[in-house]
Amino acid sequence: MQTFDLEAQGLRNLNAALQAQSKETNQTAWEVVNAKGSHAIAVGLDAPIEVNVKGSTGYYCAGMNKQATVHIHGSAGPGVAENMMSGTVIVEGDASQYAGATGRGGTLVIKGNASSRCGISMKGIDIIVHGNIGHMSAFMAQSGNLVVCGDAGDALGDSIYEARLFVRGSVKSLGADCIEKEMRPEHIEILKDLLERGECDAKPEEFKRYGSARKLYNFDIDNAY
Amino acid sequence: MCGIVGLFLKDTSLEPNLGRMLTEMLITMTDRGPDSAGIAIYGTEHKGKVKVTVQSDHPDRDFADLAKDMQQALGGEVTVRVNDTHAVIEIDVAWAAAGRTVLAEIRPDVRIMSTGETLEIYKEVGLPKNVAARFDISSMSGSHGIGHTRMATESAVTTMGAHPFNTGRDQCLVHNGSLSNHASLRRKLRKAGMHIETENDTEVGAAYVTWKMQNGASLGEALASTIDDLDGFFNFVVGTKDGFGVVRDPIACKPAVMAETDQYVAFASEYRAFVNLPGIDHARVWEPEPATVYFWSHDHAPTATEKAA
Amino acid sequence: MKDDAKGAPRTVPIQSATFSNSANAEIRRAAATGIYDIRGGGSKRKLPHFDDLLFLGASISRYALEGYREKCDTSVTLGTRFAKKPIQLDIPITIAGMSFGALSGPAKEALGRGASMAGTSTTTGDGGMTEEERGHSKQLVYQVLPSRYGMNPDDLRRCDAIEVVVGQGAKPGGGGMLLGQKISDRVAEMRNLPKGIDQRSACRHPDWTGPDDLEIKILELREITGWEKPIYVKIGGTRPYFDTMLAIKAGADVVVLDGMQGGTAATQDVFIEHVGLPIIACIPEAVRALQDMELHREVQLVVSGGIRNGADVAKALALGADAVAIGTAAMIALGDNDPKWEAEYNALGTTAGAYDDWHEGKDPAGITTQDPELSKRFDPIAGGRHLNNYLKVMTLEAQTIARACGHNHLHNLEPEDLVSLTMEAAAMAKIPLAGTQWYPGKPGTSY
Repeated sequence: MQTFDLEAQGLRNLNAALQAQSKETNQTAWEVVNAKGSHAIAVGLDAPIEVNVKGSTGYYCAGMNKQATVHIHGSAGPGVAENMMSGTVIVEGDASQYAGATGRGGTLVIKGNASSRCGISMKGIDIIVHGNIGHMSAFMAQSGNLVVCGDAGDALGDSIYEARLFVRGSVKSLGADCIEKEMRPEHIEILKDLLERGECDAKPEEFKRYGSARKLYNFDIDNAY
Repeated sequence: MCGIVGLFLKDTSLEPNLGRMLTEMLITMTDRGPDSAGIAIYGTEHKGKVKVTVQSDHPDRDFADLAKDMQQALGGEVTVRVNDTHAVIEIDVAWAAAGRTVLAEIRPDVRIMSTGETLEIYKEVGLPKNVAARFDISSMSGSHGIGHTRMATESAVTTMGAHPFNTGRDQCLVHNGSLSNHASLRRKLRKAGMHIETENDTEVGAAYVTWKMQNGASLGEALASTIDDLDGFFNFVVGTKDGFGVVRDPIACKPAVMAETDQYVAFASEYRAFVNLPGIDHARVWEPEPATVYFWSHDHAPTATEKAA
Repeated sequence: MKDDAKGAPRTVPIQSATFSNSANAEIRRAAATGIYDIRGGGSKRKLPHFDDLLFLGASISRYALEGYREKCDTSVTLGTRFAKKPIQLDIPITIAGMSFGALSGPAKEALGRGASMAGTSTTTGDGGMTEEERGHSKQLVYQVLPSRYGMNPDDLRRCDAIEVVVGQGAKPGGGGMLLGQKISDRVAEMRNLPKGIDQRSACRHPDWTGPDDLEIKILELREITGWEKPIYVKIGGTRPYFDTMLAIKAGADVVVLDGMQGGTAATQDVFIEHVGLPIIACIPEAVRALQDMELHREVQLVVSGGIRNGADVAKALALGADAVAIGTAAMIALGDNDPKWEAEYNALGTTAGAYDDWHEGKDPAGITTQDPELSKRFDPIAGGRHLNNYLKVMTLEAQTIARACGHNHLHNLEPEDLVSLTMEAAAMAKIPLAGTQWYPGKPGTSY
């Protein structure tokens, strides 16, 4: 286990060290202390390493992650795991706005609540939120899965494309072109796997599924707003 | 475009540390606003007195004999406490209006930063750490305070363009965001008799709140009406004699985070402003909802109350 | 006109300048369809432009450089402020961002080939980076756009500079649109979208708003790429003084400023024609911001929007830009809107030079299309050669002017080398009217 004191050693040294790890690295376990809400912690990683960040993080922690597991033992600031490609990011606390924005792969697990715009423009990432999510979540979500064990805020899935949204609690309101959809056996299977990966004990049957009505797919003046 | 910090103490034993805690919070927000900084401190009250905090570009000239000259004009006791480019003038509360008139006559170049029984506002151009140091904010005590670091968008980097803006006695307002209808609102408010000094969008927001209250709205109502009448992106934090309030626009994409423990309620643009607060690791941390007014007050139960005040 | 029955002269029919034929046609089209007009390109109206500026050559008070023997350097370095690896270009003319999707794969390849031959850079667009483009571009600028289509850290690391796109001159404040006709299998895959649907791009970035957040976004991009790549911030011309200043405060190495003549793949016509500033009104304001921050030439300014020839290049540089970018002109050099396809343009209801429905994917020249048959018409090798020729000619033209003004480097062109032909240009470019020392709004003068 390598321990890295962010305050003492600095962000550039941290990211340079983590980014230098290759697929064959034997330095697979890292601990970052004194995170203190700093921005851009553990960004652009591309090796199967595990990074444990002690404390809360600022903007864009684990941004563009590939392969690595980044575990935040605290809350995450805006844009955690933004544009993630693969790997896993776990937030023990809450996540601020834009969690998993534009993510293209991998798994983001938020054990607390996520704020507004969770999964905005998501492109293949799987996001599992144990608590609630804020307004405008999954805006223009293209693909991937967003699982919410609590409630969703206003305008869920506005202008959504082909992402799947699963919500156990209430949805304050649905955004344009987002509708409730039938939960078929294959969705139960998908959700079961997601809940397992997200370390959630919720039952898939308790969720409702939401997705695109596909009415915005080709331009129509009656959709103007 | 800016950084905001706010700290409201529930635990009075922390009051001597307010200035130090707020200064630390403010300095972490330097990247968000390196152009100017300001702090509103709600400190000691002397019964029957009002504090007028003023600023001068020539403090040596303007503040020398200020107490004596004002005393002569007003015919009563005036104390002046000089702090770098600022001075806190303390006069009988009954003379609040007269004091301002006299000041404009005898010291025309002096600018009023704030008026209040407990409020003092200090703001200047420069890096937040330098601004805090020149006024020795760290040594100040008080019940609550608000700080602001500014990255100027469209208006000039000046002392008067710095936040907080005084909106009424013991009230102040800071802003992060960008208002898009401030020009027409400024015209409307000036026509209604409001004094608006700068081309700053936030000053218009502050004047709007003041104007609403002059027309009978409570501070909470005035803030709630910003959601309809102000166009653009905003997080406002307002200070009052008793506490502070927070409101975000309906789109709510400028960052805002809050923390609460038994000892305090804190607001910041980013979490990292909180990291040195006592017990932060066990605080309740959350983000205010869009288009919702929050208030904390010493007068009420010290918890978040939507649309209180 | 014939006289009427009683022999009195008739009035002549007069077309309204306000309700012109084209305005009326648009009213009829809107009434029939209920949809606003979407098209590609930049503003087509007559705007104050570089044509309204002239150079003062050398004579007796200044000495000219010999055209073919005395050196006039054209090189430029972009990204000297923070980046460890600034971009070195042989010529100050770069290729602006145009997406794979809007353009065919071979067209992107040709841009890379031509730009590399000429010693300059090309830029990706709202569709990610293609192999054709990376492979054939010696220096490639990778755009970070609100949509983030195709965005990935590997491409971020294999580009030569990163351009955070806040806006473009054709539609400052607007998002993007790629109609379903052009979402082929490959485009759909790169953008993670179903085939054949309309692709919409947001007008704001998904994970930051405002300069205070942009500063943190730039930090993240630098951390991912080891502080090597220059970071450009591209803005549409609206409030260039403030926006330039804020881009710099947020940490940009290079500011890219696009005027309203700059093109787009597709947006509302009303947006293209009624929002934004002509480029000559933008440059002096951006330069003023750079000078006020004492960063002129340290943060480089790249301008675009209606650059057509070496004179335009020289004028943009004289006004204070470090380099220019071309988009529409590069497409024309590749063969877009070529009269040799006139019959086909006619069949599409238009004419060569006026064709702008690029979003429909029916481009007879095979450039702005994903149709495999039409794409075959375009030869990327010949296209690259043509682009290189054109870039060379523009450079030679700009050098000709610079030498005539007595400069040994294009960067030594200055505003004082220019005069204005019109009051409008004088006021916007802050360049004195020809034969006077005055321009409207000149400090210390009355109107």
